[in-house]
Amino acid sequence: MRRKLKEIKVAVAGQPNSGKSTIFNLLTGGRQHVANYPGITVEKKTGTYHIQEHKVFLTDLPGTYSLTSYSLEERIARDFLLQEKPEVIVDIVDAANLERNLYLVFQLAEISIPLVIDLNMADVAKSRGFQIDTEKLSQEIGAEVVPTVGNKGRGKSKLRQTIHRAYETKKSPKKINYGEDLESILISLEQLLSKDTNLKKRFPLRWLAVKLLENDSEALRIVKKYSKNGEEILSYVEKERKKFISQYGEAPEKTLAHQRYREAEKIVGHCVKQIRTKPKTLTDRIDMVVCNRFSGLIILLGTIYAMYNLSIVQGYKITNYTWPLLAGLQKFLVLLLPPEGFAFDPLLRAMPLGVIGGVIAVLNYVPIFIILFALIAIMEDTGYLARMSFILDRVFRYFGLHGQSVLPLVLGGVYVGGCAIPGVMACRGIKDEKARLATMLVVPLMNCLAKIPLYVLLLGLFFAATKGIMMFFIGTITIIIALGVAKILSLTVLKRKESAPFILEMPPYHLPTLGGVLRRCLERLEIFVKKIITVVIVVMILVYLLINFPGLSEERKAYYNNQANQIKQSFIRKIGKDSSYAKLLAGKQLMKFIGYRNDYRAATKGIEKEEAKKVIEQKFRQRNLEFFKIVKKGKYELGGKKIKDKDAKKVHKAYKKLFNQRRELRAEKKNETIKGSFLGRIGIAMEPFTKRLGFNWQVNIALISAFAAKENAVGTIGVLYESPPTEKEERLEKRLGEKEGGWTPLHALAMILFMAMYPPCIPTLLMIRVESGSTLWMLLATLYPIILGIIFAFLAFTVGNLLGFTGLKMMVAIYVLATVFTIGVGFIKSEPKVKIKT
Amino acid sequence: MTLDELKPGQKCHIVKVNAGGVTGQRLLDMGFVPGAKIDVIRNAPLVDPMELLLKGYRVSIRHSEAKEIEMILL
Ligand SMILES: Nc1nc2c(ncn2[C@@H]2O[C@H](COP(=O)(O)OP(=O)(O)O)[C@@H](O)[C@H]2O)c(=O)[nH]1
Ligand SMILES: [Mg+2]
Repeated sequence: MRRKLKEIKVAVAGQPNSGKSTIFNLLTGGRQHVANYPGITVEKKTGTYHIQEHKVFLTDLPGTYSLTSYSLEERIARDFLLQEKPEVIVDIVDAANLERNLYLVFQLAEISIPLVIDLNMADVAKSRGFQIDTEKLSQEIGAEVVPTVGNKGRGKSKLRQTIHRAYETKKSPKKINYGEDLESILISLEQLLSKDTNLKKRFPLRWLAVKLLENDSEALRIVKKYSKNGEEILSYVEKERKKFISQYGEAPEKTLAHQRYREAEKIVGHCVKQIRTKPKTLTDRIDMVVCNRFSGLIILLGTIYAMYNLSIVQGYKITNYTWPLLAGLQKFLVLLLPPEGFAFDPLLRAMPLGVIGGVIAVLNYVPIFIILFALIAIMEDTGYLARMSFILDRVFRYFGLHGQSVLPLVLGGVYVGGCAIPGVMACRGIKDEKARLATMLVVPLMNCLAKIPLYVLLLGLFFAATKGIMMFFIGTITIIIALGVAKILSLTVLKRKESAPFILEMPPYHLPTLGGVLRRCLERLEIFVKKIITVVIVVMILVYLLINFPGLSEERKAYYNNQANQIKQSFIRKIGKDSSYAKLLAGKQLMKFIGYRNDYRAATKGIEKEEAKKVIEQKFRQRNLEFFKIVKKGKYELGGKKIKDKDAKKVHKAYKKLFNQRRELRAEKKNETIKGSFLGRIGIAMEPFTKRLGFNWQVNIALISAFAAKENAVGTIGVLYESPPTEKEERLEKRLGEKEGGWTPLHALAMILFMAMYPPCIPTLLMIRVESGSTLWMLLATLYPIILGIIFAFLAFTVGNLLGFTGLKMMVAIYVLATVFTIGVGFIKSEPKVKIKT
Repeated sequence: MTLDELKPGQKCHIVKVNAGGVTGQRLLDMGFVPGAKIDVIRNAPLVDPMELLLKGYRVSIRHSEAKEIEMILL
């Protein structure tokens, strides 16, 4: 009989870079689940394992140096410990960095939950010549200590057993003694607090007393909220703080921190022996090259280029191989839909078609994301990411950004070809709230992959001779504008946001483990795919409605149906009513044949090998012999004899005519539908205004439809400038060139610049909403690029025409203008930080 | 003297941390406390920020924040 297992709640805490993620994975064996803490973007990982008759439920807390309420991560870690009250805390301690790590140990101990110290990186400590007396350390802290080597999996079962033992014995760790002066205040404060039964029931009082004395905002709030005599407590605290400051000339929180370090130093003195000193560690030697003025910059540029090349360029190549799989899936799904009609398709076909297309298009990018996420994980795990920030902080800081902004911008497409979605996701790493938001808001200005097709189309048409240089201008003007915008945002709307100091640990270099990298990569991919797919489905439905409704009037519908009938009748006339094929293709059979022939063409397209072709033909022959005769234009084998079937040939010829007429009719209908749709009406209504930007209503519609996904711009232009009905499709470049003879390079430049500034696609906007936690930022991210786009398009078209500049000259003018502007705002000093001197 | 005036290769003892608020707390939490010994390892390729060795680990901070830290040269 199976008893229900008893659950043990365990929290995993630790300072950043201590190997927390590694140990968490080790303990759970990968059985884990990633989510966000409610309402915020900090990842919450949970996982389980079994030991004896218990099921251990682990929660990974964010890595923090301390437990104050100054940063989001620290507040989360603390709230979890206080509210969820785990039965055991495992603190992952970097053995090679014991003194600083003990600072957190002492704070965890004050929460009075049984504590287990995982002395991780035992190998690193040993190689640095440290010998740690774990017995003694355990005595001094009042908690069991287990040495581990996380990346090698050493110490796993011992750690699990120790956690279990800590749960059974329920022993509280030792609390640090802050020295007589502070202790006397703390003790009396604790006594005062203990009179309040509500507080006593809910919170560890020693911890609360310490935090109150530190003037911690969270602790003050707790007292106000839960205590009946909160006023009395707070005024007591206030009085004691004042007294302390006037007596010692220093705020209690500082003295408390000093005492923790003093204690840490003492314990390290007792427990750690340095038996060897290593003059230069490997990390030192690597850093001499990586952070060097010359080689450092070269390595940095090389790394950025390699990341871009591996993920965007090579990843794009991989999509050539994965695309057939997705196309196959798409084909399969489409087969499940109701078949198309002659002139009108059923709604249940047309709408899902758009949705499936949208989802498949996004999934197509998955290889790129896998490579990107893996590369980021490697950069994080090795420790190079911190160096990148170190090197670049100086540049970015001028523009209100942060050294850590580099990665999001690279991912967004620093030159050409990136994707804003992982770019926005990567902003998570930026600790400075102000710089994080600024980065997130400008990442979409980078040139994502989807902006490229329109550039290519227009450059080919209007800038054929100067394509390369134009591409360079487009590729780099976006980053110049992004820096300027970031600065302006941080001087205005982001002015009041918290700006964290740049105090960044430079962790020792580690070789990343394959498992660790893969796991991180897949975790992020899962989050991405889940979020994006649901959004894309909704968006595609909306877009479908917008470009198809209110739809054609009954009259026009009747007109198209009438046209359709005439096409069919003329087809039957051509093949002759008496032909044996006439009956075969009558009524519903005609649609069946159309489907058959489309499949046949799709199946044989691009197939060169005779062998392969034969197999396919055999299949179609079996599917419908009569149809097969027609698609073979009357030349086929029957019973070993070669047959020339004149009737079938005639049918084929007539069908070609029908095929083209049907196409023309459908294009006309689609064009009229779009023009009359909600979106079309908006496009037409805006024309008087957008004329000054050089956009006609077709362009308006194309640009609006790009909102769902930028690839749509070229697609919609393609529909609006539908090719004249021949079986050979002319390339869009040619069609556009013929139909819009009035366009000049300035028209094209205006469109290109508008596209360069284009607002983020809807999946990106959603990501911004999620990552910033606010709809307002999402709206700002939508609006300001539109305004910028209008300004630049106006400059390019109207001002360009006034000056009588050529396209290239105007591009150069705008480029210079943007550069001067950005350098100018770079020099504006951000307001000096308010400093509270104590 | 304040920490930002030091050049790579110099060492010092912290005397006092003047910053309060977030910066002050972050500095405390990372081990910038009176008496702590600091080795200046290097400046970034573009001069700012600077990399320090403190309590056995490496940390980089901007000169503007280093200015908040009073020290004596060793
Ligand atoms: N040498 C060594 N490396 C480790 C150990 N534990 C983790 N690492 C490596 O240290 C790096 C950072 O680990 P991670 O778990 O991501 O640290 P976190 O920031 O605390 O989550 C990774 O490259 C790990 O493979 C260990 O015990 N010894
Ligand atoms: Mg981690």
